[in-house]
Amino acid sequence: MEENYAIEMKGITKRFGQVVANDGISLAIKRGEILALLGENGSGKTTLMNMLSGIYQPDEGEIYEDGKPVYIRSPREAFSYGIGMIHQHYKLIEVFNATQNIVLGLDDGRLDLAAAAKKVKEICSRYGFEIDLSRKVYEMSVSQKQTIEIVKILYRGADILILDEPTAVLTPQETQKLFTVLRNMKKDGKAIIIITHKLNEVMEVSDRVAVLRKGKYIGAVNTSETNPQMLTEMMVGHSVSLNIDRPVYPSPQRKLVVEGLTCVDEEGITKLDSVSFTANTGEILGVAGISGSGQRELLEAIAGLYPVKSGSIRFVGDDGAEKELVGLTPKKIREAGVGMAFVPEDRLGMGLVGSMGMTGNMMLRSWKNGRGALVRRKEPENLAKNIMEELDVVTPGIDYPVRRLSGGNVQKVLVGREIAGEPAVLMTAYAVRGLDINTSYTIYNLLTEQKMKGVAVIYIGEDLDVLLELADKILVLCGGRVSGIVDARTVTKEEVGLMMTEYRPEEGRL
Amino acid sequence: MSAETRTPLIRLVKRTEMAKGKVFGIRVASIVIALILGCIPMLLTGTDPISAYGVIIQGSLSRPIYIKQTVKIAIPLLGCALAIAPCFKMRFWNIGAEGQITMGAVAATYFALFWAESVPHVVLLAIMFITAAAAGGLWALIPAFFKARWNTNETLFTLMMNYIAIGIVAWLQGGPWEGRKGSQLIPMFQDSARLPTVLGVHCGWIIVLALVFIMYIYMNRTKQGYEIAVIGDSVNTARYAGMNVGWIIMRTMFISGAISGIVGFMIVSGANFTLYSGVADGVGFTSITVAWLSQLNSFAMIAVSMILAVIEKGANTLQTRLSVPASIADIITGILLFCMLSSEFFINYSLVFRRREKKEAEA
Repeated sequence: MEENYAIEMKGITKRFGQVVANDGISLAIKRGEILALLGENGSGKTTLMNMLSGIYQPDEGEIYEDGKPVYIRSPREAFSYGIGMIHQHYKLIEVFNATQNIVLGLDDGRLDLAAAAKKVKEICSRYGFEIDLSRKVYEMSVSQKQTIEIVKILYRGADILILDEPTAVLTPQETQKLFTVLRNMKKDGKAIIIITHKLNEVMEVSDRVAVLRKGKYIGAVNTSETNPQMLTEMMVGHSVSLNIDRPVYPSPQRKLVVEGLTCVDEEGITKLDSVSFTANTGEILGVAGISGSGQRELLEAIAGLYPVKSGSIRFVGDDGAEKELVGLTPKKIREAGVGMAFVPEDRLGMGLVGSMGMTGNMMLRSWKNGRGALVRRKEPENLAKNIMEELDVVTPGIDYPVRRLSGGNVQKVLVGREIAGEPAVLMTAYAVRGLDINTSYTIYNLLTEQKMKGVAVIYIGEDLDVLLELADKILVLCGGRVSGIVDARTVTKEEVGLMMTEYRPEEGRL
Repeated sequence: MSAETRTPLIRLVKRTEMAKGKVFGIRVASIVIALILGCIPMLLTGTDPISAYGVIIQGSLSRPIYIKQTVKIAIPLLGCALAIAPCFKMRFWNIGAEGQITMGAVAATYFALFWAESVPHVVLLAIMFITAAAAGGLWALIPAFFKARWNTNETLFTLMMNYIAIGIVAWLQGGPWEGRKGSQLIPMFQDSARLPTVLGVHCGWIIVLALVFIMYIYMNRTKQGYEIAVIGDSVNTARYAGMNVGWIIMRTMFISGAISGIVGFMIVSGANFTLYSGVADGVGFTSITVAWLSQLNSFAMIAVSMILAVIEKGANTLQTRLSVPASIADIITGILLFCMLSSEFFINYSLVFRRREKKEAEA
């Protein structure tokens, strides 16, 4: 047992039913080190870290802290060992301010908020956090909420920090700030593990990289001695081309014209504020923005699923005739002959019926077809078989509930069905979220294929690197307003990042 | 301290998929366990459980006349379970079948009382059937409309509607439809308003068996059945697919209420030959048990409603023969429901005991 490791996990195995989420994994981290835990979705990163933070207990294997065996049965016990984890979904009380959230759940006998605030300030200045302690959580941005989560854990005395996909919701600028803080903490001798699948961030911030693949430990390398290509091969198990093809469609034409689109939610909050843009045939229009900037509302409004307060959405037919879609239900839109396909963010809660098989899900687009009261099963069945073959959907059968399929296969079923309708407009929201690299590239290729068929593709993405490579134009949303529509071939990631946080109506417009 | 002593005594582990045979085995085992647990209340009342179960079976199935009476109990249970299944599939918690049965019975009774002499037998029954269905359907439509329009809570709404329906009958009993003054009773139906018997039981059993097939096809093969299944899974998905959710909720509730109304008609016209405020007699609630235990499968409902009918009929015999209170039937039914629902838990999860794990590790 080497004394210089802060945490050492040895032969950790965790099973869920017959699924082996972690298979004999050994991992170690020193103090004053940033370790990146890299792996595709479903490779067992979060499971492994959940065992370190006391959420799960390992079925086999031991954990040592500073060479002594420890048994962590709850997050509270994890804190007593100085281990704290920042989860992907923050657990904060919206109506409390920063300090109140930070001391929440601590049992020190009596509550002295003033003293607590002083200690919190001291932590903030030591590591370079910028935070307004009296602010209520509901007034905060995602990045500020994340800051509170980190401070909360430091306040509890953690010196081993685990961050689960911390940059997934941050802009490039916020990511840089986070990295600065992480480096400060490292200098202070803390051990930091970040779970991620973004290679460029791994290269930038970590000292060492440990790679998991399908629940197995593949190896650890020093960041200075590796490169993205090599890491990808470790992650995927074979070499992958990391380039996205971006052909040019010869004759783009207007397909969907949105003008002054304004939407207000049930509580009277403006979700979209006079959004205007044109989606052309043979173009992928990427939509960038911090999560919750109106992306979901935009697509749902176009699909007829979100009430529109004012503005116009016009579908341009092949003959140039324009059709107003505002005020039409999804059924009416389809009956009007508008070929619109929509891959929503919530795949199982909106795009698919989880309890049904592929056939039942194909019927979601065709169940009305045919006369009489009975449903036709033959065509959807054939479509299901086709999609299963063409997109390599891994399922025990076309009637196996899609809820039980892996995320990638679920998305293949959904995208496959939407493309099968030969749409004129294809809208996708976070189409590759949670998918492995191979499936992600399958989806990118499918979208590009559709674009070259003359489909107007609208692609809401969260990974700016991908958006810049895949899209032709990028529309940036900031707080429900369009802060710019830019050429994806010339714009830089930093420029888009700035537009995501600042509304600058006159700059950067095409 | 060793790792073993630190792991919890019992842990839950989610199962993946279980073989169909094994699932069936667990369900059967849960019934057996329920029957064993049912011995406890019997012992507490000082009864020998084995002879008590013997009496239950004897009293419900040993002679044709008993079987007929048992079937008579099962008919409304089965019919009503078929009625509420589409609502439950849609996750619309209709617990107002009791009131829908009652309103169906009211409509049927009106024609039985006032049209019996002017209309021929078959026509009268047809009118009673149709108006009972319409009355039950309309009664169910009220909460459905409020749900669709203002998203009111259907559970409370349907429940409250039961008491209104029962209140209406109580008023009719003591007021406009009262037979002999002061009797608080509605007169018995004339023969022409009574359902004919087939094989010794009123022909309602043919109607409910036909409904079993019809509802099976409706739920599994029709466009409307598909819509119901999609809404039950996710309302957003249904909207996304272009379904008019509010309209479908109202339509499904009308169908559900209509079937309950028909059950009400069968009760007054086939079994009671009169109307009183307790006409539904808890069928609307017991049938929820039937529908759940059958996992909303029409054919399984036949078996489950028969099992519950056997227990109920047998418990009556138990009361007369061994002077055990008949409410023992409710206790056994409750235990049965508890065991069968918890069997679902064991189908989805398995328990891992600390000691077993230790042995495995050593091996």
